Amino acid sequence: MSAVALKLTGVTRVHGKGAGEVHALRGVDLEVRRGEMVAVMGPSGSGKSTLLHLAGGLDTATSGRVEVAGRDVGSAGARERAALRRKHIGYVFQDFNLVPALTARENVMVPLELDGMPARRAREHARVALAEVGMEDMGARFPDDMSGGQAQRVAIARALVGTRGLLLADEPTGALDSVTGEAVLRVLRARVEAGAAGVLVTHDARHAAWADRTVFLRDGLLVDGTTAAPSAESLLAGAAATGGHAADDPDDGVAGAGR
Amino acid sequence: MSVRHALLVLLSERPMHGYQLRQEFERRTGGTWPLNIGQAYSTLSRLERDGLVAPVGSDDPDAPETYRLTDDGTEQARSWWDTPVDRGTPARDELAIKLALAVTVRVDGKPVDVPAIVQRQRTATMTVLRDLTRLKREAGDDLAWSLVLDSLVFAAEAEIRWLDHVEASVVRAARQHPERAEQGAPAPSSATARKTADRKGATR
Repeated sequence: MSAVALKLTGVTRVHGKGAGEVHALRGVDLEVRRGEMVAVMGPSGSGKSTLLHLAGGLDTATSGRVEVAGRDVGSAGARERAALRRKHIGYVFQDFNLVPALTARENVMVPLELDGMPARRAREHARVALAEVGMEDMGARFPDDMSGGQAQRVAIARALVGTRGLLLADEPTGALDSVTGEAVLRVLRARVEAGAAGVLVTHDARHAAWADRTVFLRDGLLVDGTTAAPSAESLLAGAAATGGHAADDPDDGVAGAGR
Repeated sequence: MSVRHALLVLLSERPMHGYQLRQEFERRTGGTWPLNIGQAYSTLSRLERDGLVAPVGSDDPDAPETYRLTDDGTEQARSWWDTPVDRGTPARDELAIKLALAVTVRVDGKPVDVPAIVQRQRTATMTVLRDLTRLKREAGDDLAWSLVLDSLVFAAEAEIRWLDHVEASVVRAARQHPERAEQGAPAPSSATARKTADRKGATR
């Protein structure tokens, strides 16, 4: 499998047309390798969620190229893209998104069974995935009987079960207290060190610090200390998000992502 | 940092000589603030002068002088625990001073590029925060070291939040007083302001 799990080249995403046109992303280049975790920070409306949705094949770039595990997501048909998602991409959300009627083990088995894997093998994969996040004894529990930290660890197991190597995490610690959040980051980190690639969208610098590097989004542009200063327009987007906390952070509000 | 008080509370455990004090101080604070041996001895001699410590005395003339707390020293050590650390007079902070100057100074008649300064600092502080986080992950169950690291982690995090605030405030100021361009951010034209409003409308 390619060492580059995710590659964005000149990715632009425009919503709407004409006067109401909104440039959610403007020529973004980003590469995430296996064994690497990249944090994405930026105020509301800076394009963080759009970036994650494009990486996850939930949205299509207006121009530019998105490759997951060496495959061009944009040129893939709907079926191929769905297969790409099931085999290579795992999502983790702030609110865990576990199926309440299924046990931890069953939740982790779902993507494998959807992919046609026999239940016995899926169960074995799920057992391994749960053990990798320290939840081997919780397989029979239902989400309602778990703490937030436990539920999020199950969600991480589900995101990385089987052959999936790209983990896209959208504020995964947002609903957790700081000690539990740290425990979840520790698990994420361990999965990345075991060879997964991680993209962590967060507004919390302390959490971003768990990544190997941090990129900053400003009005659809990736900025770092060496690039030109962002435009006044992009800064206004930042001003709107002063204090930028997740609770009132609709981000780009792009539909999808299975919410 | 009051080395004086740190040495007093270490001596409240047991009598020690200067080199031991230095070792204990560094060990218990994770070596974050190195204390040179000269400073340890000069602090000890000032404490002796002030009657807070006294030499224990030894039969061995070659042994380094070991010090114990006097009653006054014991009292001072206790009162350090009981008294909050004075935060009333902030230390001189180069970053705060730099940005305060950046929003007012004009170079060759032009405002300083504040957003660029903010972003460079953000990247640098983020790198520090990442390194601290890595140390923290490896700190294991060494509570003292871990708490010292936490203190540095929270300070770096606070700095990044403050930088976000600076960035937003500069833009807001430029928007409210476009005629005063010295805030460092180019004043947005009404067209861009409208476009921003459109974006907000479109994303809800």
